[in-house]
Amino acid sequence: MTVQELENIAAQKADLINVRRIVREQAEKLAENTGYRKQVLVCGGTGCTSSHSLQVIEQLEKSFKELKIDDVLIVKTGCFGLCALGPIMIVYPEGAFYSQMTPEHAKTVAERHLVKGGRIVKELLYADTVHRDGSVIPFAEIPFYKHQMRIALRNCGVIAAESIEEAIAAGDYKALAKVLTSMTPDEVIAEIKAAGLRGRGGAGFPTGLKWQFTKDAAGDKKYVCCNADEGDPGAFMDRSVLEGDPHTVLEAMTIAGFAVGAQEGYIYVRAEYPIAVERLNIAISQARKLGLLGNNILGSGFNFDIHVRLGAGAFVCGEETALIASVEGKRGEPCPKPPFPAQSGIFRKPTLINNVETWASVAPIILKGSEWFSSIGTEKSKGTKVFAVGGKIKNVGLVEVPMGTTLKTIIYDIGGGIPNDKKFKAAQTGGPSGGCIPAKYIDIAMDFDNLVAIGSMMGSGGLIVMDEDTCMVDIAKFYLEFTADESCGKCTPCRIGTKRLLETLTKITDGKGEPEDLEKIKEIAEHMKSSSLCALGQSAPNPVLSAMEHFGDEYKAHIYEKKCPAGVCKSLLNYYIEPDRCRGCTLCARNCPANAISGVVKSAHEIDPSKCIKCGQCIAHCRFSAIVKK
Amino acid sequence: MAQNLFEGTEEQMAQLLSCINAHRNEPGALMPVLHEAQNIYGYLPAEVQTVIAEELEIPLAEVYGVATFYSQFSLTPKGKHQISVCLGTACYVKGSDKILEAIERELRISCGECTPDKKFSIESCRCVGACGLAPVMIVDGEVYGKLTAADVPTILDKYMKD
Repeated sequence: MTVQELENIAAQKADLINVRRIVREQAEKLAENTGYRKQVLVCGGTGCTSSHSLQVIEQLEKSFKELKIDDVLIVKTGCFGLCALGPIMIVYPEGAFYSQMTPEHAKTVAERHLVKGGRIVKELLYADTVHRDGSVIPFAEIPFYKHQMRIALRNCGVIAAESIEEAIAAGDYKALAKVLTSMTPDEVIAEIKAAGLRGRGGAGFPTGLKWQFTKDAAGDKKYVCCNADEGDPGAFMDRSVLEGDPHTVLEAMTIAGFAVGAQEGYIYVRAEYPIAVERLNIAISQARKLGLLGNNILGSGFNFDIHVRLGAGAFVCGEETALIASVEGKRGEPCPKPPFPAQSGIFRKPTLINNVETWASVAPIILKGSEWFSSIGTEKSKGTKVFAVGGKIKNVGLVEVPMGTTLKTIIYDIGGGIPNDKKFKAAQTGGPSGGCIPAKYIDIAMDFDNLVAIGSMMGSGGLIVMDEDTCMVDIAKFYLEFTADESCGKCTPCRIGTKRLLETLTKITDGKGEPEDLEKIKEIAEHMKSSSLCALGQSAPNPVLSAMEHFGDEYKAHIYEKKCPAGVCKSLLNYYIEPDRCRGCTLCARNCPANAISGVVKSAHEIDPSKCIKCGQCIAHCRFSAIVKK
Repeated sequence: MAQNLFEGTEEQMAQLLSCINAHRNEPGALMPVLHEAQNIYGYLPAEVQTVIAEELEIPLAEVYGVATFYSQFSLTPKGKHQISVCLGTACYVKGSDKILEAIERELRISCGECTPDKKFSIESCRCVGACGLAPVMIVDGEVYGKLTAADVPTILDKYMKD
């Protein structure tokens, strides 16, 4: 295809996409041009499909047939970000934001809203979008979206995820056309450098430099690679980009191929993400069909193609040398650097590896310029960052904010705060390689350097919120279980270090901790940091070190007083029934799998500590909050 | 090991060979072939690994090395219904360990095991990305979210019957 043909596709569908992007009054006029009176966008991302958004779409199709609605378009998109309230459905041009949809609800909306002359079904809208006086607030103005700035996620939840035409209309491949028709490889790299873009995968290495190194490396063949092995449990921004806007990744990789002199690319993606894999494969075959991948792209004479490689559940493969081994079909074990992948990567050829979110930031930089991008964010961290906010927070989901946004804004303004009026205790960033940010640092401006300064790290952007019921020793143990399990075993400090740390933490949570254990942890951690082969082992002690620094008292309570202040560590707890609260309903006794509860109807029951297995079934069933952990 | 006797059909073997042929000349073909072989057989028995090694002309030791390195490849058969509990961070802080315990109690097997009647197997996984629904369990690809331990028996009951 030619650049002109690309622009024609964009022009044809432009209004359709614009209806979804601009304010209501104009959107209504625009909608008239598109041939569709209304558009219904339903999230087809992993979160919402898990809560049955596909059944919502089926029901809509069925209702449309019954009601003879033929001028409303159904669009299956990627993630809208507000995963906690899925399945989400947005109706344009009104911008009505329906949440927690069921097929029943979909039927109601079709009958009362989507028919000609229909009205918004207010009781099914997301509550935050209905004003106290009953008027509907455009969802872009609600707290969850108001504080966000979407660059990497700009098309997620806006376009049909499996339509290349919609992707093109939303601006995908425009940057590629610009690069191939009017820029030299050096100009492209200079632009990325000037933008100050840093790798979103964790380490924050300057992206432009990486491109430069790969371009400068000698080699007859070079590769471009996308690291989509999103291993941090609780981070899902890369998956959402691949599910919602796969073409932006293909486009950026092609641009990089042109810049560094590569003609082949690999995307290494987790096999645990079936929807992302499927959409990538669809996107690649669509791009090949239109000539946006393959030979002579946009008539420029430049050739580039992309292959998908599936991971198989090994966290260490997110490390670039391990990823390379895995792409080559070997055990995913890392190897010492140098040589860096830029010199010797996949099949020993110079290889440029960037993370999904980094790729998703490339096209906007090319189109809007490095000055625009570097005006966003902080001095050393430019642009925006996507955080996957999870754990004890109301609005679990994906948020993209300018670098330097405070943790407080993310947790309270965007995230809606902690459920059940619990107290915020800490947030973990950087997953198993990162650390925790305690409540006293809630005003910290989130960027690469500030987080490192307080002993945590940005990582890939997982942000797990913890409240007063989370035990910091138990969480550190959880992460060590993870890294001990995921250590590939190649180098001794990591293989044995993670195991010893885990043993020591288990000892502490079992109530057998000794004062010298804290020193021992520090000593092992020091050795692991200085002598492990790759980042997995070097950073594995971070969660426990940062928890010990900020929550030292909690560690001491476990060791000296044999108590778990948060009430989590089983060995340090006993279950107990408050006699004056117990109504003798027998529900707990009937549900106790160990027959540890005795008592007669209508009188207070009792738990036999010698039989109790501390499973918590009684608490889950008690309707009178009569059972406590002490 | 009588219970692990390999029973493959000719049809499965034909599928395996055609998949190997499709990848034969590709560099780094082993991973995609192992993925497809596991899809065909449900696991990677020694017999299947041997075929792959011979066809791709890779030492069997290397095939075994790769197959055992990655947690998604299994050398033992799984149950008819595969249960997977997410132990990713978002699910863990919301108590997914309690969900796993409840399933283990209900089925009287431990994580990583298969019931004697081969009906159920349990495994843990690290984040399926449905963090908004935490804690989650997955049975045969179907995701159940926002769980409490009390929900477990009802969910398992659905699969007990067939």
